[in-house]
Amino acid sequence: MFYREAGQFKTSYKADQAIFTITQDRFFIGLFLIVAFVVVPFFINDYWANAILIHFLVYALAALGLNILTGYCGQVSLGTGGFMAVGAYASYKLVTSFPEMNFIVAILLSGGITALVGVVFGLPSLRIKGFYLAVATLAAQFFLVWLFNKVGWFFNYSPTGMIVSPPREIFGFLVTGPEASPVVRYLFCLSFVTVFALAAKNIVRGRVGRSWMAIRDMDIAAELIGIRPLEAKLTAFAVSSFYIGVAGALYFNVWLGTAEPTEAFDINQSFFVLFIVIIGGLGSIMGSFMGAAFMVLIPITLKTIMVDGMGFAVGAAKHAEVMLLGTLIIFFLIVEPHGLARLWQILKEKLRKWPFPY
Amino acid sequence: MLFLLETVISGLMAGVMYSLVALGFVLIFKASGIFNFAQGVFALFAGLALYDFIATDGWFYELFGFVLPVWLGIIATMGVMVIVAWLVEFLVLRHLVNQEPIILFMSTIGLAYFLEGLGDVLFGSDVKPLDIGLPQGAWDYLLDTHNLYIEKLEIVAAGVAAVMVIVLAIFFQKTRIGRALRAVADDHQAALSVGISLRTIWVIVWSVSGFVALVAGVMWGSKSGIQFSLSLIALKALPVLILGGFTSVPGAIIGGLIIGVGEKVAEVYAGPFVGGAIENWFAYMLALGFLLIRPQGLFGEKIIERV
Repeated sequence: MFYREAGQFKTSYKADQAIFTITQDRFFIGLFLIVAFVVVPFFINDYWANAILIHFLVYALAALGLNILTGYCGQVSLGTGGFMAVGAYASYKLVTSFPEMNFIVAILLSGGITALVGVVFGLPSLRIKGFYLAVATLAAQFFLVWLFNKVGWFFNYSPTGMIVSPPREIFGFLVTGPEASPVVRYLFCLSFVTVFALAAKNIVRGRVGRSWMAIRDMDIAAELIGIRPLEAKLTAFAVSSFYIGVAGALYFNVWLGTAEPTEAFDINQSFFVLFIVIIGGLGSIMGSFMGAAFMVLIPITLKTIMVDGMGFAVGAAKHAEVMLLGTLIIFFLIVEPHGLARLWQILKEKLRKWPFPY
Repeated sequence: MLFLLETVISGLMAGVMYSLVALGFVLIFKASGIFNFAQGVFALFAGLALYDFIATDGWFYELFGFVLPVWLGIIATMGVMVIVAWLVEFLVLRHLVNQEPIILFMSTIGLAYFLEGLGDVLFGSDVKPLDIGLPQGAWDYLLDTHNLYIEKLEIVAAGVAAVMVIVLAIFFQKTRIGRALRAVADDHQAALSVGISLRTIWVIVWSVSGFVALVAGVMWGSKSGIQFSLSLIALKALPVLILGGFTSVPGAIIGGLIIGVGEKVAEVYAGPFVGGAIENWFAYMLALGFLLIRPQGLFGEKIIERV
């Protein structure tokens, strides 16, 4: 009923190849974007922006990146935290070395630098696969964090080893630094995420994306039908690292403001993003967003219920939260291994047939 | 020269410790194809449980007013690990049959989170010195005659690891259950069809790896106290595994020794030039470099893939 496609005829190739071919999809996405861009900024305050919305957007972007690599190309990576660190430090060096540079350009460039680093660490994927590769990407994680900790050049020899994002403006609005307003920072992240999500959607349904999926599904067969594994895997690593690098740059500049590698980019970041991808759904753009929303909201909800509602001590609540998070992850994997995106798909099926289920 | 020897020996000893953890991984991977990330947390959990059975400030003492002797405590902890193994099979694994390896891997990360939180809630998160009467300090004889500094505890750990490998080898090669385990490792379907219960096997193998975790927990706990960081040695065991090959028990031992020595030698001789603390990633780089030459690891099976 709600998702009936009957009567929606496409009369041109252009219409047939649109991103959202179903009117209802277009309507919902449009509505969602209008709410996100126009309505939300009126109601936003510091808490909402920092604790939930920007948090969500940054991780959604990182999850998009990892989903491209793991979900679409089948290369499990545990180096996300390290690549986010590359993005953050690259943007820091660019912003401090070239104060005149447009901030958007700086962020995109730091994404590009991360892409290069990602390709270097993606090279072993040509020889090794599966868990061997996952462990190999851990090398990237630990090496990069160590590098940013040890080499003074990266943090401009600051005595604490921390990097602090200097205030930068976009179109006269302050985006970074403690003075920046939550609305501007939120809209800045949101614009990035929107553009990147649409780009990702387009990449994965094009030639490159289909070659990734062929590699993921059966790499030898893909090779036999003429897909170059070298090209497919390395582009996946490059695009994925680009996204993760931009996410890292936003994470550091817009959200945290200050960062220090061992805390902000440790192995738990990698796991966190991997959880988002798995819970959201491997190989789904929508799933990256749903997973990020889930993983960002769950700890906040649990904390609200346990500390404010039931009066737990903060320490005990933290442990209970870790336990519950573990339980939820297992529960989710058992109930729906294809993630939240699959639930959304099922819901759409139901809506299509509503009110007459078979 | 003496210094190099000392470095190598201490590397070997550290490697033995890594091997102890890596063994648990190999056992589970062999028998079920699951990459058990929770192995390090298992070691932490076993150590915590043992501590609570035998120390006067644990809840066992509070509950009953006495503590168990060490040997009884170890048996009781073993019981706890068997229960954990059974619960893992009952609550998690049987629902995840036929899922992709990555899903199974993620579920063990969930398991690791859960056990970590549970361990903190039950036993508290402070560092606990575990003393079960293992010898401590340097070996005086070597120190006096050859000026070599070797900790007695590490010698004991090496001995225990050797015994454990022998016992495991006999268990795998000679016993009925061991043969069943190998059958399951080779082919789940075929094993099922000749009447081997997959579930029993899983409980057994998770119990055995719980036992290995207990040994690892005891050794690490005696060395540096039982603390949260114990769960992170799982990360150290990973390069050991990929170096040795995921499915090989001797691989875990040899891999551990290579990583241990390589790490120590690199830290001592190359570390000062690049700012130190390269122990964190050197093992991974070593393993990565090795994989580029031999993708299946030292003793791993070469997988022949067909379309």
